[in-house]
Amino acid sequence: MNAIAFPPVASAPLADFQPAQAGADPVIILDRVSKAFRPRAKGTPVVALEDVSLSIRSGEIVGIIGRSGAGKSTLVRLINGLEKPTGGTVTVAGVRLAELSERQARQHRRRIGMVFQHFNLLSARTAAGNVALPLQIAGESKAKIKRRVDELLELVGLAKQRDRYPAELSGGQKQRVGIARALATAPKVLLCDEATSALDPETTEQILELLARIRRELGVTIVLITHEMGVVKAIADRVAVLESGRVVEEGPTFEVFSAPKHPTTRSFLQTLSSAKLPDHIRTALTGSAKGASQAVVRVQFTGPQAEQPVLSRLARMLAIDINILSGQVETVGGRGFGTLVIAVPSDSASVEAVTAALTRLELKAEVLGYVA
Amino acid sequence: MSPELFKILLMATGETLYMVAVAASLGTLLGAPLGIFLATSRRGEIFAAPVTNRIVGAIVNATRSTPFIILVVAIVPFTRLVAGTSIGTNAAIVPLTIAATPFIARIVESAIREVDPGLIEAARAMGASPAQIVRHVLLPEARPSIALGLTLAVVSLLGYSAMVGAVGGGGLGDLGIRYGYQRFMPEMMLAVVAVLIVMVQSAQTIGDTIARRLDRRTRRG
Ligand SMILES: Nc1ncnc2c1ncn2[C@@H]1O[C@H](COP(=O)(O)OP(=O)(O)OP(=O)(O)O)[C@@H](O)[C@H]1O
Ligand SMILES: [Mg+2]
Repeated sequence: MNAIAFPPVASAPLADFQPAQAGADPVIILDRVSKAFRPRAKGTPVVALEDVSLSIRSGEIVGIIGRSGAGKSTLVRLINGLEKPTGGTVTVAGVRLAELSERQARQHRRRIGMVFQHFNLLSARTAAGNVALPLQIAGESKAKIKRRVDELLELVGLAKQRDRYPAELSGGQKQRVGIARALATAPKVLLCDEATSALDPETTEQILELLARIRRELGVTIVLITHEMGVVKAIADRVAVLESGRVVEEGPTFEVFSAPKHPTTRSFLQTLSSAKLPDHIRTALTGSAKGASQAVVRVQFTGPQAEQPVLSRLARMLAIDINILSGQVETVGGRGFGTLVIAVPSDSASVEAVTAALTRLELKAEVLGYVA
Repeated sequence: MSPELFKILLMATGETLYMVAVAASLGTLLGAPLGIFLATSRRGEIFAAPVTNRIVGAIVNATRSTPFIILVVAIVPFTRLVAGTSIGTNAAIVPLTIAATPFIARIVESAIREVDPGLIEAARAMGASPAQIVRHVLLPEARPSIALGLTLAVVSLLGYSAMVGAVGGGGLGDLGIRYGYQRFMPEMMLAVVAVLIVMVQSAQTIGDTIARRLDRRTRRG
């Protein structure tokens, strides 16, 4: 990836990206939600969620990222009403599930589809049989079930595998069945709890593409629970970072990526492959300028400035040599997001001049270290 | 072996098959719902009734820990009440069923407990009622294990049926004792044992085959 041509970074949404319509109604509203689990034996209750407020608009894909135990699954179970909040309210499509009778709540759960990390398919049923399950539960007629199952298997690209059992399908195929099943009752909301965590990167990408297409074609609102920033980056319009049961940062994906505020968010961003330096640079990197000839600077392009020949102008202006070490453009929240790692002379005057110039251009510059 | 003796052997075989088949069927009819209840009624489960669960569990355990031969004798009044007599094949079915029921209940319970809890979570998220979860998820998924467990129950019942024979219940056990032991006819004793071995083997083979057919958890060619 050395010395790549750096394409202009457009601020306009990419073609295959459809942002949530501004002003669309929120379908999921969490208002100061808390959830504490009473311990079995004596002891203090486990607080899984505390004072969480989130509003998710119709047709939006929202990523909820957090470490193990942060309360992600609890959040999902509150949204589909399998748990009741101990404080605050959860409203989905205008209904507070916690206030309904168990019977009414069951009816409402059919409007919320759920996709699981380990697929949770019935081993004794074929792909088609699994997709049929929610329809049988809803009491649909045989003819309607068959029609709908065929439709859904077609949608997820598994028409040929309809009579295979889960044991005869790959992980990615199983998750497609899981998604088709979740969509069977035409829900407004799709909850995905670590839906790609058991899959390899390539399969993950395919599943995420499928989810993006489902949102585009069916207008389903998607809540994507994950511990991987890559997943959020790929398809989420907005992201909420959950830590110890609290939302510590929230905003449009692009903004959170370009200007993370909370340390947890930053550490999640550091796990992205694009945030990592190439090995040969990382191993040579030292913290002090002593004896080093070059300083390594990371520059982030997030706006229209990238269309200007920034680097060559910088080199001319400051009369220094600039070496490109690595570079990458990704799509984050539907917008281009560029990261460039450059080497400049290591004397403090040059380094200061470079960072000052970059900052003036509204680019984010960060000195990562020095190399000989 | 003389034709008469052979006829007697055949009849005894029929009696044993009859006792075991009826006791296994009745035991399943009574034991399966009990097993489903035991598997789904602890705290936090879909039919949560922890107190009843514990009471039923205790009764099941008590029945299971009573030695069969003692059970047969202890419930004679009850047997008389149900079957009208305390000897013969029909009378033997009563203790056999009472022994089979808790056994099958535990078999069904453990088979259901083996079902991945994630499947129950998925069904609940779909809006399934507890009854729908049992019908569409738990029973179908537990079927292979239940089939194996029922095979075990049938094999045990074959053994028990020989025991009721010893107290006048008819069937192969009865024959073995009366002819093989009391009249000292070793060839009859041998024949009885041989028939029982064939029965156990067949039951096991059939059960294994059914369980394998039902089991879709592994890939097959
Ligand atoms: N039913 C329960 N009873 C008691 N404590 C619970 C229960 N469910 C969750 N918790 C606790 O709540 C906290 C949050 O759990 P949760 O499953 O929501 O985390 P998570 O973010 O989904 O983690 P992971 O990434 O490991 O799935 C944990 O401390 C967990 O132990
Ligand atoms: Mg979880």
